[in-house]
Amino acid sequence: MTQVFKNKYSYALLLPAGIIYFVFYLLPTIMSVFFSLTRWTLTKWEFIGLENFQMFFSEDSLSIGFRNTLIYAVVTCGLKVILGLLLGTFLTSRILFKDYLRSVIFFPTLLSTIAVGIAFSSMMHPTEGIINKALAAVGISGPDWLGDVKLALLSVAFVDVWKGVGIATVIYIAGILSIPQHYYEALKIDGGNNFDSFRHITLPLSRPAMNSVIILAFIGGLRSFDLIWAMTKGGPGFTTDLIASIIYKQYQAGFYGLATAGNVILFIVVSVLAFPLYKFLNRSEVDL
Amino acid sequence: MSRSKSQWVTGLISLLLSTLIFWVPFYFVIMNSFKNSAEASLFNMALPTAFEALNNYKTVLTADDYMVVRAFYNSTVLTVFSIVVLVIVCSMAGFVLQRREGGRASSLINFLILTGLMIPPAIVPTIWVLNGIGLFKTMTGLTLVEVALHFPFAAILYKAFMATIPKELDESAFIDGCGGLRLFFSIVFPLLKPVTSTIVVLTAVGIFNDFVNPLYFLPGSENATVQLTLYNFTSIYKTEWNLLFADIVLISIPPLVLFLFFNKKIVAGMTAGAVKG
Repeated sequence: MTQVFKNKYSYALLLPAGIIYFVFYLLPTIMSVFFSLTRWTLTKWEFIGLENFQMFFSEDSLSIGFRNTLIYAVVTCGLKVILGLLLGTFLTSRILFKDYLRSVIFFPTLLSTIAVGIAFSSMMHPTEGIINKALAAVGISGPDWLGDVKLALLSVAFVDVWKGVGIATVIYIAGILSIPQHYYEALKIDGGNNFDSFRHITLPLSRPAMNSVIILAFIGGLRSFDLIWAMTKGGPGFTTDLIASIIYKQYQAGFYGLATAGNVILFIVVSVLAFPLYKFLNRSEVDL
Repeated sequence: MSRSKSQWVTGLISLLLSTLIFWVPFYFVIMNSFKNSAEASLFNMALPTAFEALNNYKTVLTADDYMVVRAFYNSTVLTVFSIVVLVIVCSMAGFVLQRREGGRASSLINFLILTGLMIPPAIVPTIWVLNGIGLFKTMTGLTLVEVALHFPFAAILYKAFMATIPKELDESAFIDGCGGLRLFFSIVFPLLKPVTSTIVVLTAVGIFNDFVNPLYFLPGSENATVQLTLYNFTSIYKTEWNLLFADIVLISIPPLVLFLFFNKKIVAGMTAGAVKG
């Protein structure tokens, strides 16, 4: 019966989306592999082999972006996974003002990243900014958040977490709410306390949610561009450059082949790290 | 049931912390958008001594031959058109993908969609393609790029939701002589309303707030979207923080209005889209 009807679901309905997706995403992605091996001006190209990639890794200013991208992705992802879990657990427990708190945490995710970046860079001003003034009021002399070469990348990462932890929290909330209530009741009867129920029920059974958070946050971190651009433009020096901001700088400078090589590197990083991570997380998931 | 003392204490502490962490930045930006340029560059939390709000907002709106107003128009057009195209093409795609699941083509298509969720778009080659078909620096070009980039997310949501619509409905429609196209548009599409509204709200916020794609694919101040006005203001008004803050407030209004109206829906949609099964 169903087989007879199958041809009623014509692939023609898939065609409009398929064509747009192919022309404006898949085709450029495939072509990027070719163009990354060229010196390129959009109209003319000259095949130069792996020279762009050699340049990318031999110049400090470029290879530092590679390291920064990994640090940035791991730090933002790690903090979102942990803070999101804690906030999600807290916001599904019996507390006052629950709805209000849930909304407030989600709220920054709807703001423009550039706007958030500009607002925070003024608040992180070393002498005038309200963050350091608040610290000074309690006797701590705050650092130069965005000017210190060791700290700048982490400062931007913290702002990223401020903005993005709401999504992680909401995903955890959904995951935790789908855990059957009678597990908690059973544990209570056996004499477990709140910490036991977190450790033995919430933590293992919110794994699907945690996996979603890990994948979303990690890929988001690897691709991140706008926040770093709004806050530091890769500075001081090149110390906060990410692969995505280097791509933009090379593009602005007219090095299209080099910019595309940056894209291919990002592409490889995501494939090598995120796809296996995705497979691994999916395999080790427990069933409810 | 009476609330215990410790519940009140935790409640109040969390209120205080959330205010400090989430509301102070908003207060800071709004307050400084009311000040004159000298006071705003002190970056403090004090109330303005001279209330310059009207002046500041007027300056921002009229600057550069009404660039911000034009940008609001551009962003609105971009957002609306992208969403209309996205909803039509992705709902049809999700319909076929879910109903034909298990077919030979479907595992390849699923893989390609997953790729789109993970692999970042290759930017300069996209410009090359747009250039080749004469759509670089045009609103049509940017619209199609936004549709292509949001396709994986929307198609997965539609596909997942489609599974909740019983196949028997299709079968009885077929027996009554309904073709595939008519079945989709007159019967299935209206039933997709809940997931459609989730996708509309989420992608509206995403496209309105998008900075990267307009930066690459729609350069030039004539074409600026609202996110690019902020970027332009940072270079034009390097020292005039009050104007920069006023622009931030202006461009944050549309997403916040959406948030106020669709708060519950957004959160529900987020969770539906993010957690499998």
